[in-house]
Amino acid sequence: VAEKVRLELVVNGARREVRAWPMARLLDVLREDLGLTGTKEGCGEGECGACAVLLDGLLVNSCLVPALQARGAAVTTIEGIAERAGRAAGGLSAVQEAFLACGGAQCGMCTPGMVVAAESLLERCPRPSDAELRAGLAGNLCRCTGYAKIFDAVREAAAARAGGGA
Amino acid sequence: MRSFVPAFELVAPRSLGEALALLDREPGVWRPFAGGTDLMVLLEAGKLEHKKWVSIRDLAELRGIAESAAHVDLGAAVTYGEVLESPTLAREFPSLVRAAAETGAVAIQNRGTLGGNIANASPAADSPPALLVYEAEIELASARGARWVRYADFHTGYKRTVMDPRELIRRIRLPRGAAGVHYYRKVGTRRAQAISKVVLAGLGRAEAGRIADIRIALGSVAPTTIRCRRTEALLAGRLLEPATIDAARRELAAEIAPIDDIRSSAAFRRRVAQNLLAEFLEGLSR
Repeated sequence: VAEKVRLELVVNGARREVRAWPMARLLDVLREDLGLTGTKEGCGEGECGACAVLLDGLLVNSCLVPALQARGAAVTTIEGIAERAGRAAGGLSAVQEAFLACGGAQCGMCTPGMVVAAESLLERCPRPSDAELRAGLAGNLCRCTGYAKIFDAVREAAAARAGGGA
Repeated sequence: MRSFVPAFELVAPRSLGEALALLDREPGVWRPFAGGTDLMVLLEAGKLEHKKWVSIRDLAELRGIAESAAHVDLGAAVTYGEVLESPTLAREFPSLVRAAAETGAVAIQNRGTLGGNIANASPAADSPPALLVYEAEIELASARGARWVRYADFHTGYKRTVMDPRELIRRIRLPRGAAGVHYYRKVGTRRAQAISKVVLAGLGRAEAGRIADIRIALGSVAPTTIRCRRTEALLAGRLLEPATIDAARRELAAEIAPIDDIRSSAAFRRRVAQNLLAEFLEGLSR
């Protein structure tokens, strides 16, 4: 049996310290140890993107990251995405507002991962073409919306950000 | 059923030397763990039998892309995402970049490493066919030194390689100057994220209507990724015409050994492999 390791993380801008099994999934550290249940578990095997978070600014599936590899890292979850986008704590990012306005969420299970992936896409590619939009969200599965309203939301968020919004 | 996570050890040495010393001290007891995009899936499914792992993903000595006059060297822990951002690779090794773009989706590309894709030794892996046509060489490091092996000699059977348990892949070396038509196409259940049913990489050139240089590699059609040297030999110097392409299709079907499994059938794989080869060859005349 392994020993738990002490991990220091910066989660949504705040320093956090946890003791975790080295092979524990970052997903479980976030949800169970840190109480951040916005990040969802869908497939648990890297197919669906429901558990997507930003790790040192890069989109990852938190179900595939062992806790030890997140040691010292900065993690942004859906709970911190608005602040990262420059909005006040408790507010919504342009992407989140657009998901609301466009009906980009139905059951909501995929939504946190979808929003985090969309934020990551717009950071890399502020005005994505349809092909870039599809590639950027290709790792996020939605079983409700048929994707059209999600794509609408990301296009709208891109336009809003270009117009000076966060 | 999920694995019992406390049973798994994962340690993160601070340097390559420390990691190699650990592998050397207890050969086979510790195994390398890179981006985890395959091993974490096995863990979740309760199919990860080995218990002691060494995290090598963040070792500085395994990172970065370096260029010299004759080669481009990729650290074993270079991610697909980093491959996608390299202008040199886009210009000179576009099939490798294409492979990186078709490996999983963004979140996988940010974690998965080229060295992991190689050492994991899946015949369905996306980057190996591109590495085979670019005639990559692999540097294997151990506490006792380093050696280079041709990637073409790396895989010895299904999930078997020439690596010793004391070794790590340190670098992947690509010889510069790969000229001609660079072809890469992966066929899976859907365009994104899916594991390949068949993947073909080709590099070739036609001069005055004849095939001058030709390299063909395939994944998911044999126990390892394979370079199709019989088909290449048949094609070398031949006129680029429909009869040649038909002959190559027949030779390829005899050279590969696809199977029926959960992802596809042998018959479908054989037919698609032939079609991809034909598409590649037809593109040489344009």
